[in-house]
Amino acid sequence: MARLSVDNVSVHYPTPRGLVHALDKVSLEIASGDIVVALGASGCGKSTLLGLMAGFQRPDAGRVTLGGATITGPGADRGVVFQDDALMPWLSAAENVAFGLTLQKVGRSERRERAEALMCRVGLAGFEDHRIGELSGGMRQRLGLARALANRPDFLLMDEPLGALDALTRERIQSLILDIWRDTGTGIFLITHSIEEALFLATELVILSPRPGRIVRRLQPGFARRYAAGESARSIKADPEFIRAREDILNAHFAHDEEIEHAAH
Amino acid sequence: MPPIELSVAEEVALQSGRPEPVRYRAPSAWRARQPMLVTVLGLLALWELVSGFGVVSSLFLPAPQQVLTKLVEIATTGFMDATLWQHTAASLQRVGIAVVAALATAVPLGVLIGLNRTASAAVDPLIEFYRPVPPLAYLPLIVIWFGIGEVSKVLLIYLAIFAPLVLATGSGVRRVDKTRVLAARSLGASRWQLVRHVVLPSTLPDILTGLRIALGVGWSTLVAAELIAAQRGLGFMVQSASQFLVTDVVIAGILVIAAIALLLELSIRYLERRYAGWAH
Ligand SMILES: Nc1ncnc2c1ncn2[C@@H]1O[C@H](COP(=O)(O)OP(=O)(O)OP(=O)(O)O)[C@@H](O)[C@H]1O
Ligand SMILES: [Mg+2]
Repeated sequence: MARLSVDNVSVHYPTPRGLVHALDKVSLEIASGDIVVALGASGCGKSTLLGLMAGFQRPDAGRVTLGGATITGPGADRGVVFQDDALMPWLSAAENVAFGLTLQKVGRSERRERAEALMCRVGLAGFEDHRIGELSGGMRQRLGLARALANRPDFLLMDEPLGALDALTRERIQSLILDIWRDTGTGIFLITHSIEEALFLATELVILSPRPGRIVRRLQPGFARRYAAGESARSIKADPEFIRAREDILNAHFAHDEEIEHAAH
Repeated sequence: MPPIELSVAEEVALQSGRPEPVRYRAPSAWRARQPMLVTVLGLLALWELVSGFGVVSSLFLPAPQQVLTKLVEIATTGFMDATLWQHTAASLQRVGIAVVAALATAVPLGVLIGLNRTASAAVDPLIEFYRPVPPLAYLPLIVIWFGIGEVSKVLLIYLAIFAPLVLATGSGVRRVDKTRVLAARSLGASRWQLVRHVVLPSTLPDILTGLRIALGVGWSTLVAAELIAAQRGLGFMVQSASQFLVTDVVIAGILVIAAIALLLELSIRYLERRYAGWAH
């Protein structure tokens, strides 16, 4: 079983105004079947943390390892979903999904077949030949997810994948993420600044403090597993236990933070 | 597991994202062209009047029909040992070779300087130095080095195209979306695959724009070069005609030169719409 671990990691950025201490001695671990969600205010180092796991950057102190080996760069074993979809607008929707397969020199007909299956999986059947410019934000995020899944990665790393979406679309895709997680057992790391989203999706929830980014609390919410067991998203989010947990996090950590979304959608 | 349904918002977005083909643009484009048509017809009428009533001697300004007749004549029987087609072909061939050579060299170099600061620091000053110099100013040097044969003319237009193309490619490469590069790397792209599958397609609109501008410069440079040293070509045709005061051939030649410039421009615009439409 693959294991992605972040061990006592610190990151500083040199800026004209001195060093910005982005992450301070952060440790966490993601195994297959986990959904680790990082919750924190803007600028607390969430993207930096994801960048380390994706292999886009190296830590100044500590180690980031995959199956025990230090991560030295990006790889197809870790699929990344970006906040601003990062799709290739010169390719069709299906070609975008198959991008990783193209890089692996998978033949045209197999690429098409697998892209169609994935697009069906994320609810985009029939849009294979659409241009990216013709798709809505929610559809693009679904496409970004399908593209990451095409490589059958051991881990999915998602940087605020739903941040820019309207509430309804957001709920749909939250459920989609859990469906995929239940079916594939992929280890997931997801960033959000919505408390509700974090509680609903996480099997492990880490709350980060800003500057320096530091883990101030770890929780193991059980709502994702309840969803996987068949309970509906609406009923989970309306459960008094869910609401209590949400209010508790809000009051304890983000009482004065306007950016954190806490209202029920 | 059944496919996930789209949310209401997505469905709304979809319906508005798949409108009927837009039709109102055609008439408005036509209306936009009407003034131009009026101008052209007006000029033709003026030309007809001025030459028809003998205001200006036909030695200086032959009538439109005379130019047209001459155009047919040089297309069939030729002028200065070559038909209009052969003159045109000679010019176009020079441009064609230069464009292919420029694309084959300027695009890779542009990609290199776009990706690599050191390469950019090494090459940029050189290009910035020779780019503002009018090609006709260094034509004499090229003639001294390479004679007055085909090589000189192709080299001249090549140099005129090369600089803008390198710069356009380089700046396009520098503007490649960083997240797209990261996305491709995390999907397993090697360095070469990044260039092939992300950098080049992202830069194609800039390359085509650069080519369109470069080709405009290149074509006028070529024709000017043919005025000086050639045995065939549209510039040569116009130049020799002027020496014998065959004004109708001069005008016919100028019209053909302008028409080809327009054609080159339009064909690259077509390529831009066809292959770089996503960028607009
Ligand atoms: N390349 C960089 N150079 C300098 N400072 C940086 C750089 N990248 C990030 N930072 C700083 O480091 C801190 C953490 O940045 P990071 O992008 O990881 O935050 P984040 O939690 O993802 O924020 P957001 O929620 O706004 O996306 C911020 O204060 C940011 O300004
Ligand atoms: Mg971020």
